[in-house]
Amino acid sequence: MRREKPQSLADYTPLFFPGVMLVVFFVIPFSTMIAVSFFQRDPSGFYTTAFTLDNYARFLSLFFAKILGFSLLLSVTVAICCVALAFPFTYLLTRQVRKVQTVWLVALLSVLSLSEVIIGFAWSTLFSRTAGISNLFVGLGLLEKPVALYPTFGAVLTAMVYQAFPYTILVLYPALVRLDPTLLEAARTLGCSPMRAFFNVVVPALRNTVVATVIMVFVFALGSYLIPQILGRPQHWTLSVHITDQAIYQSNMPFAAAMAVFLVLISLALVGLTLLAGRKESAS
Amino acid sequence: MSGLAVSNVTKQFGDFKAVENVNLSVPHGTFVCLLGPSGCGKTTLLRMIAGLEEPSSGAIVIDGEDITGVPTHKRNFGMVFQSLALFPHLSVGDNISYALRIRGTAKEEQRKRADELLKLVHLPGFADRPVTKLSGGQRQRVAIARALALSPKLFLLDEPMSALDAKLRESMQVELRQLQQRLGITTIVVTHDQREALTMADLVVVMGQGRIRQAASPIEIYRKPADAFVADFIGSTNLLDVSTDSAGRAVILGTAIPGLAMPQGTTKASVSIRPEDVHLGQPGSGAIEGTVTFVRDLGATIETYIEAGGSSIVAVTTPRERVDVAAGDKVGVILPAESCVVVKS
Repeated sequence: MRREKPQSLADYTPLFFPGVMLVVFFVIPFSTMIAVSFFQRDPSGFYTTAFTLDNYARFLSLFFAKILGFSLLLSVTVAICCVALAFPFTYLLTRQVRKVQTVWLVALLSVLSLSEVIIGFAWSTLFSRTAGISNLFVGLGLLEKPVALYPTFGAVLTAMVYQAFPYTILVLYPALVRLDPTLLEAARTLGCSPMRAFFNVVVPALRNTVVATVIMVFVFALGSYLIPQILGRPQHWTLSVHITDQAIYQSNMPFAAAMAVFLVLISLALVGLTLLAGRKESAS
Repeated sequence: MSGLAVSNVTKQFGDFKAVENVNLSVPHGTFVCLLGPSGCGKTTLLRMIAGLEEPSSGAIVIDGEDITGVPTHKRNFGMVFQSLALFPHLSVGDNISYALRIRGTAKEEQRKRADELLKLVHLPGFADRPVTKLSGGQRQRVAIARALALSPKLFLLDEPMSALDAKLRESMQVELRQLQQRLGITTIVVTHDQREALTMADLVVVMGQGRIRQAASPIEIYRKPADAFVADFIGSTNLLDVSTDSAGRAVILGTAIPGLAMPQGTTKASVSIRPEDVHLGQPGSGAIEGTVTFVRDLGATIETYIEAGGSSIVAVTTPRERVDVAAGDKVGVILPAESCVVVKS
C-alpha cells in the first residue's frame, strides 16, 4: 500500500484526539512525577517546590537496593514461570478444535475480570490453615495436619503467576496459531521424538515471541503491589509496595516519586538489554 | 519382498472415509506419483506411509517389515512438505544436517554431509546462508537435501512444486527425476498436476474419492484409462456413449464404428478418445455428421469444437494436416476404432 505524507495541517486532525489524550493522561502526570521527585518534603504539610537530589541519594542505600533486587527477581521469576507454563499450554490449545479453544479462552479471559484484591484474598483463603488446600492434602494422607501456606514467597509467586497467566496466553496465542504445524512433522520425519521436536523446533522458531512475552509479563508483574502485601511477609514486599507506603502512609510524595522514576529507568534498561542481546544473537 | 506394500489400508475421519481399502505395491527404486483431484485422499495416504497419520485398518509393510505401528521418527523416511517446513531459526547447512545432529553425529561429519548434499542439489557453498534469504527454488532444493540427509529408505514428497512458478516447476520436475534415478531411491510424490506425474513417474496411481482408480505406467494411464474418471482426469478426452445395435455392432451417436468391440455382455458403455486421435473429413458414409462450433488456432495445434447429435467433440490437429474448417461448417467426424477405449460409464 502506498502512503502519502500528510500535506496540510488538516491531514493531521485524526491525530489530534489521541495526541491530547496522551498529553493529558500520560505526559503531564509523568512529568509532574519527575518534577516532584526533585522536590523537598515538608513534614508538616505535603512538599515544597525546590531542587534537591536528596530523594535519589536516600534511595541509593543497601536497604532499598535489596528491595529493588527482590522486586526485579520476583518479576523475572513470575515472567519465566508464566511463559514456561503458558507456552506448552497454549501450544496444545491451538492444536484443539475451534470449539474447545473458544471455551478455554473464554474461561481464561474471565480471570482477567478479577481484580488483584479478589485474587489476593481468594488465594489467602486457599492457603489458610483452617479452610485451605492443606486440608485436602490431609484428606489425601499427604500431610499430618493442616498448615498455613502463607505468608510465604511461594504464596506470592503462585498468586502472581495466576494473575499474569491469562495475559501470557493472550500474547502467545496469535503466534502459536500461525505456527506452521508441518515444522513439527518435519522434525519428526528427521528422527525427532514429538517432545524433543517441540523443544528443538517450535520453541526456537518462536524465540522472538517468547522474549517479547517474558518482557511483557515482567513489566506487568513489576506493578503488582497488593498480592505481596496480602500473601507475603514484609521481606517479600516489592518496590511498588514501598512506593505506595511512602506516598500514602508516610506522606513522602517526593521520595515515592523518586523511587517510581528509578523503577521505570531500571525496567527500561533491562528491557533494552534483553532486546539488544536478542538482536546480537539473531545477527550472528 | 523388497519395497513398499500397502495392504487394505483405510482411513476414516468420523463418518468420512478419506482413504478406502487401498492396496499398492511399490518395488524398490520406483518413482510413484499419487495423482488425483484435491480431497481424493492422496495426501492422507502419503501421511499414513510417513507415519504422521495412523490407518484405521490395514497394514503398511516395507522390505517385509510391518511398520504400521512404528512412530514417524523411527521410520527413517525422508519427507518434503508442501510448505517445505524449513526451520526458520537455522542456517541452510544446519537445516540439512539436522537429522544428523539429532543422532549425535560429529560436527565435521555433519558439515561434510551437508556440503555433499548441497552439491547434489546444485547449491554448493550455501551452507552458511539463512534459509529466510533463499528464493523459492533454492528453498525447494534445501528441503530435498534435508530429507535425503540420512539416505532414507523412502523419499516422500507432498505437492513439492506447488509454490513454484510454472517454468521453474518444469525444470525442477526433470531435476527431481534425474536425482531419483541417480540415487535409485524409492520415491512417492503426491501431486494434482498430471503433467508432473507423467514427467517423473514410473508408476502413476490415480486416486478418486479415497480409492485407487488405476495404477499403471504413464503411457498406459494415458492410452488405456481404466474408467471414465481416469480418462477425464488425465489429459483432455472425449467421452461418448456407446451402445450395441441389433446387429451387434458398436454404435456411437448413431454411427456404427467398424472394428470396435464391446466387452462381452455389455450393451451400454462409454468410449474415451483423445482429441488428437479424432479425424475430420468430408461428411459422408461412415462418418459422424457434425457442425463446427468453434475453432481455436494455437499456432502449434488447432482445436476444433464440433457439435454432433447433442454431444460435444473436440479434435486437435496440427496445421500440417490442413483441416481448413470454420465455425458453422458441416464436417464428418471419424473415430478410428483402435484409438477408442471402452470404459465403464
